[in-house]
Amino acid sequence: MIESLSYLPHPTLPSEELAGHFTDLAPPLTARQAAIESARCLYCYDAPCSRICPSEIDVAGFIRNIHDKNINGAAAGILKQNILGGSCARVCPTEILCEDVCVRNHDAEGQPVKIGLLQRYAVDHAHFAAHPFKRAAATGKTIAIVGAGPAGLSCAHRLAMLGHDVVIFEKEDKAGGLNEYGIAKYKLTDDFAQKEVAFLLAIGGIEIRCRQVLGENLQLRELHAQYDAVFLGLGLGASRKLGLTGEEAPGLLAAVDYIAALRQADDLSSLPVPKRAIVIGAGNTAIDMAVQIQRLGAEEVTLVYRRGFDAMTATHHEQDIAKTNQVRMLTWAQPQQVLLDAGGKVAGMRFEKTRLEGARLAGTGETFDVAAETIFKAIGQSLASDALHDPMAALLKRDGDKIAVDAGFRTVLPGIYAGGDCVAPGQDLTVQAVQHGKLAALAIHHDLISKVEAA
Amino acid sequence: MADLSIEFCGIKAPNPFWLASAPPTDKAYNVVRAFEAGWGGVVWKTLGEDPAAVNVSSRYSALYGKNREVVGFNNIELITDRSLEINLREITQVKKDWPDRAMIVSLMLPCEEHYWADILPKVEATGADGIELNFGCPHGMPERGMGAAVGQVPEYVQMVTAWCKKYSKLPVIVKLTPNITDVRMPARAALAGGADAVSLINTINSITSLDLDRMVALPIVGGASTHGGYCGSAVKPIALNMVAEIARDPQTRGLPISGIGGIGNWRDAAEFIALGAGCVQVCTAAMLHGFRIVEEMKDGLSRWMDEKGYERISDFSGKAVANTTDWKYLDMNYQVIAQISQDDCIKCGKCYVACEDTSHQAIAQLIDAAGTRSYEVIKDECVGCNLCEITCPVQGCITMVPQTTGKPYMNWTQDPRNPRAVAETA
Repeated sequence: MIESLSYLPHPTLPSEELAGHFTDLAPPLTARQAAIESARCLYCYDAPCSRICPSEIDVAGFIRNIHDKNINGAAAGILKQNILGGSCARVCPTEILCEDVCVRNHDAEGQPVKIGLLQRYAVDHAHFAAHPFKRAAATGKTIAIVGAGPAGLSCAHRLAMLGHDVVIFEKEDKAGGLNEYGIAKYKLTDDFAQKEVAFLLAIGGIEIRCRQVLGENLQLRELHAQYDAVFLGLGLGASRKLGLTGEEAPGLLAAVDYIAALRQADDLSSLPVPKRAIVIGAGNTAIDMAVQIQRLGAEEVTLVYRRGFDAMTATHHEQDIAKTNQVRMLTWAQPQQVLLDAGGKVAGMRFEKTRLEGARLAGTGETFDVAAETIFKAIGQSLASDALHDPMAALLKRDGDKIAVDAGFRTVLPGIYAGGDCVAPGQDLTVQAVQHGKLAALAIHHDLISKVEAA
Repeated sequence: MADLSIEFCGIKAPNPFWLASAPPTDKAYNVVRAFEAGWGGVVWKTLGEDPAAVNVSSRYSALYGKNREVVGFNNIELITDRSLEINLREITQVKKDWPDRAMIVSLMLPCEEHYWADILPKVEATGADGIELNFGCPHGMPERGMGAAVGQVPEYVQMVTAWCKKYSKLPVIVKLTPNITDVRMPARAALAGGADAVSLINTINSITSLDLDRMVALPIVGGASTHGGYCGSAVKPIALNMVAEIARDPQTRGLPISGIGGIGNWRDAAEFIALGAGCVQVCTAAMLHGFRIVEEMKDGLSRWMDEKGYERISDFSGKAVANTTDWKYLDMNYQVIAQISQDDCIKCGKCYVACEDTSHQAIAQLIDAAGTRSYEVIKDECVGCNLCEITCPVQGCITMVPQTTGKPYMNWTQDPRNPRAVAETA
């Protein structure tokens, strides 16, 4: 995809300086900062931070352990609930989760405990002589997992703990899913996604097979036949379309594709970077895209959203990141036409102003143009339909455009489970995917054991 | 502004804030800095016989609070490690330069009369305003038969005090050790020996913490440690009680008391004075923050006195003594009940779990349809213990509200539930 931008210039800044633009957005706490911050935690009972945490981390407990200098204990407490606690500490929107409901985030104080940074401190500074979790006695069962993203990895680790063997089928070259390919580079630095995968695999019993694509060289029916259970952690592989003429023109692409290339680039100065870029969308991916292209050297970055700031799914914290990175944000305007130059490449976009008519969003008829060499779409992802076209997969019941599951993340097909962004519940957060994987593993274990007992 | 000047057992000082006998008053340089900062007086670090004591390294350790603030402080230093001659010369000069400040000289010598007969005229010649007898140092010196080893034997306290009165005209302040079962005993002995005042408390035997890697207590000297003397805010409650015990003891009532122990601000000082102290001595707070703290102490005390209408220290000195009594005289009919201000409550649940787990199950956790928690006192179950108010991180959110019971004052000696009530009143 990014090859279509090969005619664009490369960043003018040297590689080292560019790399400096992608270091930790939120630098880690020092030991002294962690001591001060952990002392601020009130150690609430039935704490709101834990209640809201999608992965049910005992926040007060791990913070007390940090304060008592039991860092390994703090990390083990986090990882017990969320084996990807290290990446979640970095990418979780804590401002709408634990830190939002922190009892210190009230009028008199207005400063929640920095739970995310403390979680990162604990996980980063733990030193385990061996992998901190032991495997139960082998069950002799092997479970297939499709997708080595947060949901699949979490599911695999929990299954391994419960004594099962796991084979993960991953379509990319590396495991990690969006942690590896999709999260802004300055949120997960130093190859953290791979380090975390390596840590997780150290429990044993998990095999990862890369370049295994469901619907291509892998069929659900075969997995179902060969393994004791199947977990689908497919993610949302398809980028939604604008539905405009010129959508395939060079210069118009999905933000996730550019971000994936950016995340994998060894040398940032080799990336194609437009002088002017437009980002369409209002989620965290749109913000990540806009900020990263600005940091790569784009001079004018315009983020356009068809509704107002309040309707953006990007949190206020994310919006602030965009603002401090000189991203121009235009609201109440929707794409109308892709503007092309004489060579058929993107030259800009025509927008139509919008307004609410009752509950309905409507164009006003008034238009304006924004010139740009590149347009990045970040208007959402959907389930890649190619993955689920074999006869068995076609039977998976859908909930909207996602896979329908029950509370145990069971699909309608016995023995097939699904979780993460590809299933209906949730807000497509990493931490929710981890929880889905964990709960699905517990359901798989329960179902397999009760089958054995029944037999 | 209130008049902070005092006259304590005949010793005048511009304010009641004195520095206790300790490292901050070890030599002229420090004491001059203290007087420049505004301290009302000093008790010069304890003088002893020559040759002077020798100290070890290291010497201090601490107990820390959640934010590394020092809650308690421990030291294993001995008395002055400088010669008597140098100390006496410096005391003479400083007193001459600062005539309005109280200059007390702390002394520690073996329990033989000739030592005291010999040193007292020399001390008196410095122009010092009084002497303080160090019968309290709990570490090192007791092994040599001095300090707390004397303070723990009331007969010795009386004997040495009497020698001092015999060989000196200076007011004698006897400094008491808290390392004793009943502090009233040495206080009575001091009075019997002719003491003009007592000062308390000296430090408490302590080990603050251990190095768990080296398996040795702190402070570490080589590979070993020894118990030290504990001071700082952590000891204030112990000191206040001991001051009150002496203040309300019929035998020592009226004996001037110099309050010592964890005083770090004006409020601490006011509390000691309200329980009967005529002046206060400070050490740890100055060691942690420097001499400048006296500025805020004087300002705070003075403003508080103005607010309360107290013109001088003596106006409120001892004012809380009458309200400090034996348990048996407390009103059995008095009742307070906790009240939680829902507007101030931040829903941390600390009061709930404390009461539920460890007290009287008198707080209800209510969960509404949205999952929001709120906490309410179950009045019929509340015994008024104050635990919830203490655990609440929001000051003023939980208050203990006195109830109108309509019942008269009735103490335990009058209480029909007391099986010995009749016997006691009879």
